[in-house]
Parts: sequence; C-alpha cells; structure tokens
Amino acid sequence: MALKTEEMVLNMGPQHPSTHGVLRLELKLEGEIINDVIPHIGYLHRCFEKHAEAMTYPQVIPYTDRLDYLASMYNEFGYALAIERLMGIEVPERVEYIRVIMGEFQRIASHLVALGTYGADIGAFTPFLFCFRDRERILHLFEITCGARLLYNYIWIGGLSHDLHPDFIRKSKEFIKDFRPNLKELNELLTYNQIFIDRTANVGILPAETAINYGISGPSLRGSGVKWDIRRNDPYSIYDKFDFEIPVGTGEKGTAGDCWDRYYVRIREMEESLKIIEQAIEQIPQGDVSSAIPRRVKPPAGQIYSRVETPRGELGYFIISDGSVNPQRVKVRAPSFVNLEVIGELCKGHMVADVIAILGSIDIVLGEIDR
Amino acid sequence: MGLLDKQFTDENIIITKVDDLLNWARLSSLWQMGFGLACCAIEMMATSASHYDFDRFGVIPRPSPRQSDVIIISGTVTLKMALRIKRLYEQMPDPKYVISMGSCSNSGGPYWEHGYHVLKGVDRVIPVDVYVPGCPPRPEALLEGLLKLQEKIRNESLVINKKSA
Repeated sequence: MALKTEEMVLNMGPQHPSTHGVLRLELKLEGEIINDVIPHIGYLHRCFEKHAEAMTYPQVIPYTDRLDYLASMYNEFGYALAIERLMGIEVPERVEYIRVIMGEFQRIASHLVALGTYGADIGAFTPFLFCFRDRERILHLFEITCGARLLYNYIWIGGLSHDLHPDFIRKSKEFIKDFRPNLKELNELLTYNQIFIDRTANVGILPAETAINYGISGPSLRGSGVKWDIRRNDPYSIYDKFDFEIPVGTGEKGTAGDCWDRYYVRIREMEESLKIIEQAIEQIPQGDVSSAIPRRVKPPAGQIYSRVETPRGELGYFIISDGSVNPQRVKVRAPSFVNLEVIGELCKGHMVADVIAILGSIDIVLGEIDR
Repeated sequence: MGLLDKQFTDENIIITKVDDLLNWARLSSLWQMGFGLACCAIEMMATSASHYDFDRFGVIPRPSPRQSDVIIISGTVTLKMALRIKRLYEQMPDPKYVISMGSCSNSGGPYWEHGYHVLKGVDRVIPVDVYVPGCPPRPEALLEGLLKLQEKIRNESLVINKKSA
C-alpha cells in the first residue's frame, strides 16, 4: 500500500531574520522539497503615492529616501532627474559629478549590506562585521557632507543641499586606498570559501531568458549573463564620461545565473564603482551647487518616465504633472518588487534551507516593494 | 568563574538586596528580539555590528520572542503588522521591555498625516518603556535609549511601597 502524502504549507515570516524585513513567504512543501513559493507583501505599505499627492515636488524627496532605505542617494537622484527632465533644467557640471560620486558610494554601501547579511543568512557571521566596518566609513563621508547617515535629503531638484566638505576628497581617496585590500580580504573570507560555494553554486539558477521574461534588472539580471546596465545602455547624468565595465555572471563555480554568480557580480560592481569614483574625483570641476535650484518647482503639465540604475536594478519614476505645485501622481517602478516575482520559479525543487540563500541573492528591500 | 577563580583563601558570602541582585542580573544581559521593520532596522544592525557593538551592554540579537527580554520596534508599524507585533510581544516571557526606535514607531513620524495604513505609534498596541527619537536615530541614540532602559530596570523593586533611596 502506497503512503498517502499531502502538500504542507509553511509560513516564513513576516518576522524572520532572513527575510530582510517584513516579508511573508508561503512555502508549499512536499517533505523538504519546495513545490511553490508565494510571497505575501504589504506589511510595510507606507502610502508613498498618497503622500506624493499631498506634497509639493521638493517635499516628496524625503519620502523617496524611505523607499529603498539602503540606497537613499540613488532614489533622490532618480527623482530629481525625472523632475529636471520634466522642467528642462540644466544642472551645473559640479552637481552632476557630486551626484555620481555619492551614487557610487551608495552603491558600495548598499552592496556591502547585501553581501554581509547574505553571509550572515547562510551561516558566516564574520563577513557581516567586516562589511559593516567599511560601510561605516562611507556613512561618515555622507555625514560630513550632509549631516545624515542613512536618509539624506541631499540631492535636490536642480542641485544639492550642500557642497562637498573640504575634507571629502581626501577622505574618499583614503577610503578607496583602504577598501581595495579589504575587498580582497572579503573574497578570501567568504567568496572562495568552500562551504559558501557549496551553499550557493548551482542553487537558484536563473536562466537569462527567464530573467528577461520576468523583467528582472540589476545584479540579479547581470548574474544570469545579460549585459544590461542603464548606466551604459541608456546613460543619464554624466555616466557616458566614465570608463567602467559591466560585470556579468559566467558560471565560474557552477551554472551561469546561480546564487554565487549574483553574489559575485555585486563584489565586482564594487570594484567598478571605485573606478568611477576615482575618475570623478580627478575630473570634478569647481562651481556652485545651488545656482540651478528653482525657487518654485512648478513643472508644465505633462508626464515623464525616467529611470536610473540603483544597486538593485532599474528604478523608474513615472510622474504626471497637472501644472500645479503638487504632482498629480508619482508612480515608482521598484526593482525589488519586480525581482521578487521570480522567487517561486527559482525555489522550485530546492530544499527549504535554499530559500534563504536564494532570497538573499536577489537582495530585496521591503520598503521599496511595499512602498 | 574566570578571573575570580581560586582567588580567596576562605569561603565568602556577599550581602546584597534581592532587588539589587535581580535588577543587576536583568539589566546586564538584555537579549533583544531583533524586530527590523524598516529603515531604522538598518541602524539597529549598524548598532550591533562593528564600531558600535551592542554586545558591550549584553545585548545579543535573538530571532525568537521566547528567548528575548527586550523588543526593539525599529521602523514603521503598519496596520497589517500591528497585530503580529502584539502577538509576538505576548509570546515573550516576563519580565519584558519595549524600546520604540524612531519617529515612526513613536508616533507615525513622517507618515503621521497621510499614512492611511500606518499605526500612529506602537504604544497603541503594546506598552513602551523607552522612546528613542530620530528619523532614523543614530546608533548612539539607540545606545542611549538602552542605557535609559537599564536605569529604569535598576529602580524596579519587589516591594510595593519602596521608600525612595
């Protein structure tokens, strides 16, 4: 007589240390094998669009900070860029350079959190401390510039709230000099650790075609070997002036598009970000950072979709203006939201423990998913 | 016994008050239940990581409410999450303490006016011992909040009508 089996449903979250926030995953299991994963979201819905309706254009900037709170600089960057395109504002060149420097520092800081917590999730706690040590130095750079560690309200429409601190360039150079060896140390500690490779290589393989069909972007897409980066493919700001590479996953330790590839793309992106910052620091011109800030932000009636490449992928703002001082609608195309959709596909057939490795490798931020 | 091992020639006794002993034990190893909700959770992580090192004060993050003494509500509490927070709080063993970290969990913060899905302060569902202001509070502010909580615990007593010292 054959044993009768039935599907078991297991809830992971909303309070779980490895869901990176308040996400609930409904796991449908057959024994320990996963049949399906259904993400339940909305535990951090903070009514962004409602706030955007009620605020004036500059007042929305602090709320964009709180979308993807690991990459606040980049959220502001994307929003300011969209409004500037809508209003036809030309920003001074120094502003563009500072924005790129800040954005790339933010990318490193965000990836450090992603990699550190990824290590901690699957059992290696030490890299977490190493990553946060370096991240604190970047936060210090932000702090001397604008006074805030996490949510900045630094990039304004048409300019910046403050110019760089006199020590900023020197401290940035020191950081870059110290960070390169630290990155190598992180590689030795985690990236090429055999236990880590066993947990991540050949796990959660995302074929390039599936990734494109789901609309995945950012390191998760590049991990599958697709060379797509908005900084290169649809350049905004002054990214066309810099020389940098777009790392893609090659399946070095397993199959292209597995968790290890997505992880390693982030490591290599940090190197590329360092290169961009170095070039920007060399070329940065003098000038005023607040000369192009409009006294009254009142874009003409119309609409715009503007996108930037945040540490997590394509962040798009779709803004409808009715000609008044309040936006009629600010819709956010959040990369984490789109990237999360693929989790069911990735987890199918894996064990329960692999869900954590797969979820961590997609690197989601719940503030951006629920908005 | 570590440093004190084989240091005394005779057996010793220590005279202290039960209050002092209990309070000392409670405040010196406050295991926190990491309740990362939003942006403040990142600062909470930074507080327990390098540079700030929450461990100095005996604070170790625990993933389960049943092993923890203090719950740090760090981030925006939405209506959907509020019921879960209440349930997890009820699962914690006594004595239990609550630190509300950041403007959002203190009062709704920036989402106070138009946040139709945001709870206007976590104290509407669970009792709060210490409020840490800021959006987000710096790690130093969270450490200060923890010291305030320790101060509060130090003044607790088993006696109903304790004369103030």
